[in-house]
Amino acid sequence: MEPVVHLRGTVALLGRFPALAGIDLDVLRGEIVLLRGPNGAGKTTLLRVLAGLVPPVRGEARVLGHNLPAEARAVRRRVGLLGHATALFEELTAAGNVGFWGRACRASQDDIEAALGLVGLDGRLRDVPVARLSAGQRRRSALACLLARRPELWLLDEPHAGLDNDARDLLDGLVHQAVAQGATVVLSSHELDRAQALAHREVGLAGGITTGPAPAAGAESPEAKTLGADVPESMAEVPYVA
Amino acid sequence: MTATTSPRTAAGAPQPADGAAAVPAHTGSRTTRILGVLALASSALLVLYGLVISPPDVEMADSVRLMYVHVPSATYLYVGCFFTTFASAMWLWKRTPGWDALAEAGAEVALVFSFITLGTGSLWGRPTWGTYWTWDARLTSTAVLTVLLIGYLALRRLDLDPGARSARVAVLGLLLVPNVIVVNRSVEWWRSLHQGSTLSRIDPTIEGDMLVALMVGFLALGLVFAWLMIHRFRVAWLEQQADRFDLDEALALRRAEAADATTATAATKGTA
Amino acid sequence: MWRDAALVAGRDLRVEARSRVTLQQVGPFALLVLILFAFALDPARQTLERATPGLYWVTVLFSALLALARSAALDEADGVRDALRLSALEPAGVFAGKALAVAAELLALEVVLGIGVIILYGAEPAGIGLLVVTCVSATAAIATTGTLYGALVSGLRVRETLLPLLLLPVLAPVLLGATRAFEAALGGAPAEGWPWCGLLAAFAVLYSVAGAAAYGTLLEGS
Repeated sequence: MEPVVHLRGTVALLGRFPALAGIDLDVLRGEIVLLRGPNGAGKTTLLRVLAGLVPPVRGEARVLGHNLPAEARAVRRRVGLLGHATALFEELTAAGNVGFWGRACRASQDDIEAALGLVGLDGRLRDVPVARLSAGQRRRSALACLLARRPELWLLDEPHAGLDNDARDLLDGLVHQAVAQGATVVLSSHELDRAQALAHREVGLAGGITTGPAPAAGAESPEAKTLGADVPESMAEVPYVA
Repeated sequence: MTATTSPRTAAGAPQPADGAAAVPAHTGSRTTRILGVLALASSALLVLYGLVISPPDVEMADSVRLMYVHVPSATYLYVGCFFTTFASAMWLWKRTPGWDALAEAGAEVALVFSFITLGTGSLWGRPTWGTYWTWDARLTSTAVLTVLLIGYLALRRLDLDPGARSARVAVLGLLLVPNVIVVNRSVEWWRSLHQGSTLSRIDPTIEGDMLVALMVGFLALGLVFAWLMIHRFRVAWLEQQADRFDLDEALALRRAEAADATTATAATKGTA
Repeated sequence: MWRDAALVAGRDLRVEARSRVTLQQVGPFALLVLILFAFALDPARQTLERATPGLYWVTVLFSALLALARSAALDEADGVRDALRLSALEPAGVFAGKALAVAAELLALEVVLGIGVIILYGAEPAGIGLLVVTCVSATAAIATTGTLYGALVSGLRVRETLLPLLLLPVLAPVLLGATRAFEAALGGAPAEGWPWCGLLAAFAVLYSVAGAAAYGTLLEGS
């Protein structure tokens, strides 16, 4: 089965800076992969490359069966990116924002309503302007925008940041639910405990390259594949969460 | 290594050896030297014809002599703008940096000629009408065009990623000629409605020696235009070369980061 | 594409309705400019009345700069550009939607200014048909051109100063045409004004096409 993500020697630039200097990565459908690495390692850029927003300039890159950068448009339709920025309009309500972005992604009204319900914004908070929502509620609104478009590939950039424990549990539950329905998830996080519990395996990132050999595909693989010399030995014992 | 092509090769300029920054000492070459000599010669001829041989105009006396510079310079102003728009369109199609350099050269040289046009037109007005500015159609639309060019060059001067800047600049450059056309047509139409009020027609009837002087004017200014364009294009081209981004070098640096991180943690683990 | 345009226009107008900036700030600014012109050109002399069409359209242009800057700023917010690129919206549709929203705001503004000019400058409306068509076509020209140029400078630190510098010379013919048309209407000779309306309409068509074509490129190129 063709991997959802296939990168070999991928190089990507931010202006003139090679944020990614040679990424090797394979992700199969239904996997939850965690990107680990210090700040500046290129995790955000990698997620944006996978979203089709940043064109790779060297190496191979295929996402969801489409070649990048040639078929970036096709890739963008099918992924969902939850980044640091929320892309919410302050003056509109949570429902208004999710409605706009949902319809912009051709989601049905049912999907939009369902998304609002899943994150718990379908009650009193629906009609509150985003400007008056807390940071956690805004993150949940952004998450609803992602849910509404039902993407096949979820790209989450430090998703647990800014969420309280309940919301984090909610997010984890939604991730599992999505994967059960056939989605694939790639996330980056500094919250190692929670993220490692969530992920099937990890990929180390440093200086724009994946540290370690290209991981052999296998969502069934029992060991947590931790790559990168900056990982303490004890992590090798982290059990694999199905 | 990014491969770059240019629509005009830097003929005669020493080629940089194996990618190293061997910058030529100047942007001159046999072509430009010949051009330069011809430009000087024809300018001398222009001075001769313009100031000496051609007669003073019936209506405007000696101030008509400014026309031999004013009219050609207005023409070459438009030619420069055309270069910018054409090069911008080509850049949007091909995305090679040479077109970007050509667009920049076209706009800057056009700006030079716009000042010449405005200056000569303004000087013409003074003895004839007693004012430094007449709202003549050509003068007015040239003034607007000058601001358009200044705006275009201002966008170029922004301190942005070259990639980001090039797209915006190209779109703006593409719109330059359409803007010029619209401004010209509407201003001319406007001024034609006020024929003869405080207005004066800058273009007198021209014949005989005066016509020859005008032709020499076109020739001289045309050669100057070509000379300026070639030099300015080469300067822009060399700037791009000097600025050229070595991807492999940058990659090596970036990968070294990773190696450092690895050895650093290995060292701490070793000592721990 | 038109569905996308409607979606985006709806969003822009809803944001405007909630924030009410056009109502509470741009409108008063426009009326203030009219008043300032009266300070500058003594109403006792006839200058104000004769110059009314020109002053009206200059005021519209300056107010349009504010409205266009706001419209562009809406899509500069954190992450919105990425989200637009990731969405299924056609760039041409986004362009059309934004231009329509700005046009609606400008038309409302022009009505208010019209009333202002009648009251403050004592203008007597005549040739209403020509006046209305001029307003519509000039507004279309300003909105389409301004949305394109707004995207050109969007995200730049210097955009507040660069937008007027780039946009106003381009709109000079619009000012020209709209003023001449208004003069013709108010002066009782509308036949002279219609050709100028034609110019405005052609201008609007040119920039509608240019904007729709170029918006995608501008959205991508950082």
